[in-house]
Amino acid sequence: MPEAGVPRGRLRSVATFVAFVLAVLVLWELLKFIGGDPWRYFGWEWRPPLKIAFASDLLLPHVWQIVAALAEPVQRLRTDSLAQFLLGAAFYTWREAAIGFVAGTILGIGLATIFVHSRLLERAFVPYVIASQTIPIVALAPMIVFAFGTSIVSVAIVATYLTFFPVTIAMIRGLRSPDPRALDLMRSYAASPGAIFWKLRMPASLPYLFTALKISATASIVGAIIGEGPGGVNDGLGRSIINFNNQYISGPEKLWATILIAALLGIASYALVQIAERWTLRAAPTR
Amino acid sequence: MTARRRWRQRALYYLPSVAVFVGVILLWEFTVHSGVLPRPSAIIGALTENWSSGRWPLFLAARNTFMEAMIGLVLGSLFGVLWGAAVARWATARDALLPVAIAANAVPIIAFAPIMNNWFGVLNPLSKAAIAAVLVFFPIFINVVRGLAAVDPAAIELMRSYAVSEWVILRKVRIPVALPFFLTGLKVSTTLSLIGAIVAEYFGGSSDVIGRVVVQSASALRWDVSWAAILFGAATGILFYLAIAGAERLLIPWHPSVRGEGPA
Amino acid sequence: MSQTREEPASVVQLRGVDKAFTAGGEVLTAALSGIDLEIRRGEFVSLIGPSGCGKSTLLRIIGDLTQPTAGEVIVNGKSASAARRGREYGIVFQAPVLFDWRRVEDNVRLPLELLGMGRAEREERAGEMLRLVDLTDFARHYPYQLSGGMQQRVAIARALALEPALLLMDEPFGALDEMTRERMNSEVLRIWEKTGTTVVFVTHSIPEAVFLSSRVVVMSHRPGRITHTVEIDLPRPRGLETRELRRYFELVTEVRQQLRGGGAEEDVLAALDQVAAEEGSV
Repeated sequence: MPEAGVPRGRLRSVATFVAFVLAVLVLWELLKFIGGDPWRYFGWEWRPPLKIAFASDLLLPHVWQIVAALAEPVQRLRTDSLAQFLLGAAFYTWREAAIGFVAGTILGIGLATIFVHSRLLERAFVPYVIASQTIPIVALAPMIVFAFGTSIVSVAIVATYLTFFPVTIAMIRGLRSPDPRALDLMRSYAASPGAIFWKLRMPASLPYLFTALKISATASIVGAIIGEGPGGVNDGLGRSIINFNNQYISGPEKLWATILIAALLGIASYALVQIAERWTLRAAPTR
Repeated sequence: MTARRRWRQRALYYLPSVAVFVGVILLWEFTVHSGVLPRPSAIIGALTENWSSGRWPLFLAARNTFMEAMIGLVLGSLFGVLWGAAVARWATARDALLPVAIAANAVPIIAFAPIMNNWFGVLNPLSKAAIAAVLVFFPIFINVVRGLAAVDPAAIELMRSYAVSEWVILRKVRIPVALPFFLTGLKVSTTLSLIGAIVAEYFGGSSDVIGRVVVQSASALRWDVSWAAILFGAATGILFYLAIAGAERLLIPWHPSVRGEGPA
Repeated sequence: MSQTREEPASVVQLRGVDKAFTAGGEVLTAALSGIDLEIRRGEFVSLIGPSGCGKSTLLRIIGDLTQPTAGEVIVNGKSASAARRGREYGIVFQAPVLFDWRRVEDNVRLPLELLGMGRAEREERAGEMLRLVDLTDFARHYPYQLSGGMQQRVAIARALALEPALLLMDEPFGALDEMTRERMNSEVLRIWEKTGTTVVFVTHSIPEAVFLSSRVVVMSHRPGRITHTVEIDLPRPRGLETRELRRYFELVTEVRQQLRGGGAEEDVLAALDQVAAEEGSV
């Protein structure tokens, strides 16, 4: 698949992405136009001809209603707007996820380093690292929060757990990726094991690391949200989702706005890793 | 090397990991026994609770969750294949749809769980299947795109020299080449669909699904039941994965990964 | 290159070297058998033989990258592993094996960093090496921006960075096209003449071996034995005209005949003759 590594290509994919989002929004309103609740604005009324179950104002609010809700106060008798509130919650969630992300990355790199240097330890433990992928790790999230208390630490633990697995697997592959002749070369220089690790294995593993980090970035956000929600943590997006879901009837736009912010958070995290990758791997040609 | 020797070698190979497993279980059984982490024996007890009564609750819960995951897998795969085929076929579609798929993958899908509950009804399995479907979509999509791209242009030229229709080329060349990639994506998706279903259940659902059992038993502080439910869910996931892997042997016996010669 | 200490006249001495690859006590492949070889300082020696004859394995044994199952290996007056730890040789593989993430000059600096050389000295020495291979203009480029031949020149510059007594080259130009290969042959000779390093050169190509070497060592097919040595008495310096000399063709033919002599081809031909004779008599 050709890569859009040139700035011109990147601009184009951003443009098409925006175009797609706009198309979705148009489709959204079109559905409501055809089969939703009556539209009443400034004295003009429109009664849609059909009745589509999902297109009611309750289940699918108008796009502008969602946007408008962001500007309004988050609750009666409070001065901060929904947008401010959600951004605060998003930051809270992001912080937990980030702590877990960093911890999981360090743990993953550490484990991979150990496994690459000791075949015995690798054979003993890697099957479990791999098997843990088939266990619904994310399903453990609320339990961990129940166990360790509703604090930032427990959710960060969830995020760490979700991050370390892809990083470990990717780093094992990456640390082993150098051409055997490159290892011969280092041995011909009588390089110390430390030099071989830092000058050959680590740089060679970076592309693999970033692939895993892109997965982990979103996984840790998801883990944080799930840990918060059913786990009962008070300030993050997970709690907002549950709260606004409970209050859905009185204000459906708020839940949708929360989802919007959560989506933006996920995309922003991914983009951050992507940028870090472009900056660190500028040496290699686009793959 | 004799067959006996081979077996011995393989047993020795797995010995360290088996030793770790036994060691951890023993350590767990005889040290930890508080709160959130019950003894393994207690978990086994909860696992087999009521299983001879004719209505083994954990089994029923696992079956219901599995159905949700299965429906989600089928729906998600369908969309993944169609979307992937479109991207592979039309270059303009690729520019539009690929970044969208990547961005969609970055969004925490799980945030939509309450919306799905509202749309389909919180007790309706479709609400959970929808989440599973969205999670499954991306791995299937990306693997279909990769699989179709792996087709050797020389093979297509050969088929053109036989003056056959595009439809025949699709059946005889593109699908066989793309099939191993699709199955790789499918294997990954089995676990994702199950995780999606269970986690979606955390946000609400009927009582006899794995996710609800976990949450309800946890709030009743019956951690042994929670862990037992998780284990059951995990076992279901592993069986699901093995089923697809088994199907792989039948569908693509010619592929090096199935022949046992190389990595997948 | 100045030599301030007493150095042995032989850079490489192999006596009775065997190499067998085993697994769990069983012998899988007998790669080398009874290798006796001596390489004197300043020589350019090629090892040539059919595929699988063990010539690359022999090179790696000299470099202590693999150990012989029997026999003695002495490099620069000490054991092979001591020579490796003393960083007394440079090695060039068939692939350039450059680090993608380092610029050309940083690739050449790698052995100097490993030695712990100071920054100023590293930069100077690397610059010198790049001048030697005529790639100064590409010092700040990344490997992927260079052609195959240029990447190999960087690999050669890197191999010579520590000014080793010995240079081991394992089919370094095998992946290049014929024209680039001939150009690289002239380059290697130029560098050899300038630095005076002893070179052990493994190759598949008879013309290349004859053009470059003072001596061509011919090996048999597996298990590899040294069957013959051909002294190359072509005048130096060698250039394009050398390839047109009658003596060049004679030597190429001699090497080719020696290769056939130790190889399976004669056995096959003899067997076919036998079968034909039997059929004819029926």
